[in-house]
Amino acid sequence: MSDATFLGMPAFPAAAASALRDSQLRGNLARATGTIRSRRAAAVAEQDDWEQLREAGRAVKERTLRHLDRYLLQVEEKVTAAGGKVHWARDAEEARRIVVGLVQDTGEREVVKVKSMVTQEIGLNEALADAGIDAYETDLAELIVQLGHDQPSHILVPAIHRNRAEIREIFLRSMGAYGTAAPADLDDDPRRLAEAARRHLREKFLRAKVAVSGVNFLVAETGTAVVVESEGNGRMCLTLPETLISVAGIEKVVPTWQDLEVFLQLLPRSSTGERMNPYTSTWTGTTADDGPRAFHLVLVDAGRTDALADPVGRQALNCIRCSACLNVCPVYERVGGHAYGSVYPGPIGAVLSPQLRGTTSDVDRALPYASSLCGACYEVCPVKINIPEVLLHLRARIAEEGRGRLVPKPERLAMAAARWVLSRPSRLTAAQRAGALAARLVARRGRVGRLPGPLSRWTDTRDAPLPPAQTFSAWWKRTHR
Amino acid sequence: MSLKPAQKPSPASPSTHGTMRIALFITCLNDTLFPATGRAVVTLLERLGHRVDFPPEQTCCGQMHFNTGYQRDCVPLVRRFAEAFAGYDAVVTPSGSCAAMVREHHGRVAEVSGDDRLSTAVRAAPRVYELSEFLVDVLAVTDVGAYFPHRVTYHPTCHSLRMLGVDDRPLTLLRAVRGIDLVELGAADQCCGFGGTFALKNADTSVAMCTDKVRHVLATGADVLCAGDNSCLMHIGGALSRLRTGVNVMHLAEILASTEKAPVHGTAEPSPTSWRGTERTKTP
Amino acid sequence: MTVRREEAEMNARTEVLDRIRRALDDVPASERPQDVPVPRLYSRGGSPSAGSTAAGELLAERLAEYGASVHLVSTQDVAPRLGRLVAGLGAGSVVIPRGFPPEWLCALDPDRVLTDEPRLPVAELDRAGAVVTTVAAAIATTGTLVLDGGPGQGRRALTLVPDVHVCVVRAGQVVATVPEAFAALEPVRPLTFVSGPSATSDIELDRVEGVHGPRTLEVLIVV
Repeated sequence: MSDATFLGMPAFPAAAASALRDSQLRGNLARATGTIRSRRAAAVAEQDDWEQLREAGRAVKERTLRHLDRYLLQVEEKVTAAGGKVHWARDAEEARRIVVGLVQDTGEREVVKVKSMVTQEIGLNEALADAGIDAYETDLAELIVQLGHDQPSHILVPAIHRNRAEIREIFLRSMGAYGTAAPADLDDDPRRLAEAARRHLREKFLRAKVAVSGVNFLVAETGTAVVVESEGNGRMCLTLPETLISVAGIEKVVPTWQDLEVFLQLLPRSSTGERMNPYTSTWTGTTADDGPRAFHLVLVDAGRTDALADPVGRQALNCIRCSACLNVCPVYERVGGHAYGSVYPGPIGAVLSPQLRGTTSDVDRALPYASSLCGACYEVCPVKINIPEVLLHLRARIAEEGRGRLVPKPERLAMAAARWVLSRPSRLTAAQRAGALAARLVARRGRVGRLPGPLSRWTDTRDAPLPPAQTFSAWWKRTHR
Repeated sequence: MSLKPAQKPSPASPSTHGTMRIALFITCLNDTLFPATGRAVVTLLERLGHRVDFPPEQTCCGQMHFNTGYQRDCVPLVRRFAEAFAGYDAVVTPSGSCAAMVREHHGRVAEVSGDDRLSTAVRAAPRVYELSEFLVDVLAVTDVGAYFPHRVTYHPTCHSLRMLGVDDRPLTLLRAVRGIDLVELGAADQCCGFGGTFALKNADTSVAMCTDKVRHVLATGADVLCAGDNSCLMHIGGALSRLRTGVNVMHLAEILASTEKAPVHGTAEPSPTSWRGTERTKTP
Repeated sequence: MTVRREEAEMNARTEVLDRIRRALDDVPASERPQDVPVPRLYSRGGSPSAGSTAAGELLAERLAEYGASVHLVSTQDVAPRLGRLVAGLGAGSVVIPRGFPPEWLCALDPDRVLTDEPRLPVAELDRAGAVVTTVAAAIATTGTLVLDGGPGQGRRALTLVPDVHVCVVRAGQVVATVPEAFAALEPVRPLTFVSGPSATSDIELDRVEGVHGPRTLEVLIVV
């Protein structure tokens, strides 16, 4: 499920329009985001020092990013000293090649995988498949997506767009083709669905020799990697195989062990609305007689240094992938994740994807506009990423890039015209008169109904107000002179 | 954009009532389409014993340009704003999002312009207050002596709520209105889907959000939906009107301006000039 | 690894570091990491105080909310309680890691006890009915047990593969907050933080207990 698989998708407005027609999707999303929103609110409300934790989290990330080279070198030094091997990848292609090569070095033909955003971003599964290596996703939601030949639509719960009945069908239809089949009498009770996943994956965990994971945090001062999870599939992958390959974006570093005390309070409450997630694993290199004998850490840039170079946009790299911003976003709640055309959907995706991939495609140029700027995302972000600020910043970047075009977009012309009108009260008055006259011509029974052209985007669904006989300025002039 | 509540000390403290120079920033949208709101602000403030000026050189805060990415096109608008309101003690505006634009982004526009004099002028400009902030924080009134015998529900617009942090000031003002039947709006803090040019660029999503807002409004059984921003009300009201729901939309100022002697009608009978019943407001 | 691969990786390392330095040209060269302030105004310690009975009780309450079975017991009750618990689990064998206090094992049927010496193959762990361990620390407010592979805890696979994990916690090991726990833990050891039995919220964001990790978590808190 790489970002490559999203290429060729329509840009957000069109993708959203078709998602909005999917009543099943709308229902699934409304239910799921509603549940998680109230759970998060309760978990945050009982933490009296929440704002202090957020500020500490933000500050730790700021310190890290401003001195990232130094911390990455520290990670490399400590991981190496603890028996691990560190690899560096400039882009997705290089990261894929490194991981495929490492798996091939073991001679194995299959790997078990822990849910990882960065491996989706770089399209690792497809590269492994091309090399004849089977990659089994072991997170329940990832398994649902993989078995359904589908794409993830949420950072935490990639199958949020599927309800229990759909999941049952996917399991019944596809599990048998990849291993232990689902029991024939499987119903849609989530317990039984989880049980079917347990049985299906058990044999794979027990025989796996190689695992691929992401990491949630990398501690520079100790070289410790951290995986935060719920199901135990992470522990299986991190513990049982002989070789562990962990792929991490370069922004995953935190300076000190102590910093984890901040993020392990912020992340679970923001993410699943729990006081603490069921399992968190930390490991440092390799340990004699416990866990994998070989540990590889692949550090991936893939556009992150482009984001880092932008002092305003940089804060998007604070993200700890909790997905709280998705869950509160009124846009995400209605259109789901696929419309964002990236493995990073929702508000964070709208600021991250155009920075990682650049603003050359229609999809990426549309993303910063996929927001009503309501600010709910910023309010919940555990590391205080000012998403509306970055959205506005990216909109300005896109508009500036449009300035150089030989044939300006109609929007640019409209904006220039509006600027001209609004620059002088006399011009505004003239425009108001003209507009009022035009509106009166098209109005019927005191309403402005459907209009042709670009205005139809408003008037197809909403009446437009009829301009009054007298503007406020005219009234003031008449009564206050 | 900041989410901190507005707590800067005001240059115009309540004690300076009588001599305070208050300017009204009507906003281009209200001037053009919703003059009744502006008249209501004037009526209300004069009733409370204050004189309001309307600097005629004002036009627009530049929000539409800024939020769509055309920051450089904002420069002349920001300059005009700073010049038009220079010298006043306070500016009051019946729009949460325009107040937020001025307070949060005019500095940035000045920075983009590279014009140090503009930056200085923006910094020196008087503080802009959204109406409910001005009434509660500056004038220290919560009961403005209004009378409005209708069932009303209140939608807290996003920029008032999250950028300005007006909190429950509008509700405090509404609760003190005599005759009002104030009912709580479900999922009130959810965006209505207006979002400026978002309503056009992402019209489908915008309408989907609006539909849910309309559903919550209808569930209250209110006759009137009230808010502190006519842009959001134009959006929700446009849908309420298209669907012939009979629910009227009214700016907070118009409800607060309404008294027993000079009532503003809150019903949505067909109006001769507009679907906004408020057009029939008696003007002073 | 071939020479060519190694060379490519060295080039990549150099280039990524160069890109980072170029990207950060707005950061003054004289700035040190500690010049970027990190205010740690959040609470570090807290009530109930570490090691108190109240801390043990809060831990019990929070773990129970996750779906763990929790029993508050006195020191002399640990062995009989453990014996009854294990007897109630059916016939499977019980893995006991090295260093587990022998005085707590006296009520266990010795025929059912498996030790990890020599190292148990994964298949055998999979057949085992349960594992009984101690902990390195526990966090009351979050309902968290921390395992660090120390005495009585064993390697990580032991507490992962068997379907039942029985865990004995001394009240003295219970701290109130996450920061207190991090101050006490040793980062070089592989750590596992356990907050309830395995669970998932992946189906309609509804929490279901019991996926790949132990589906049953029994906790004895010695107060």
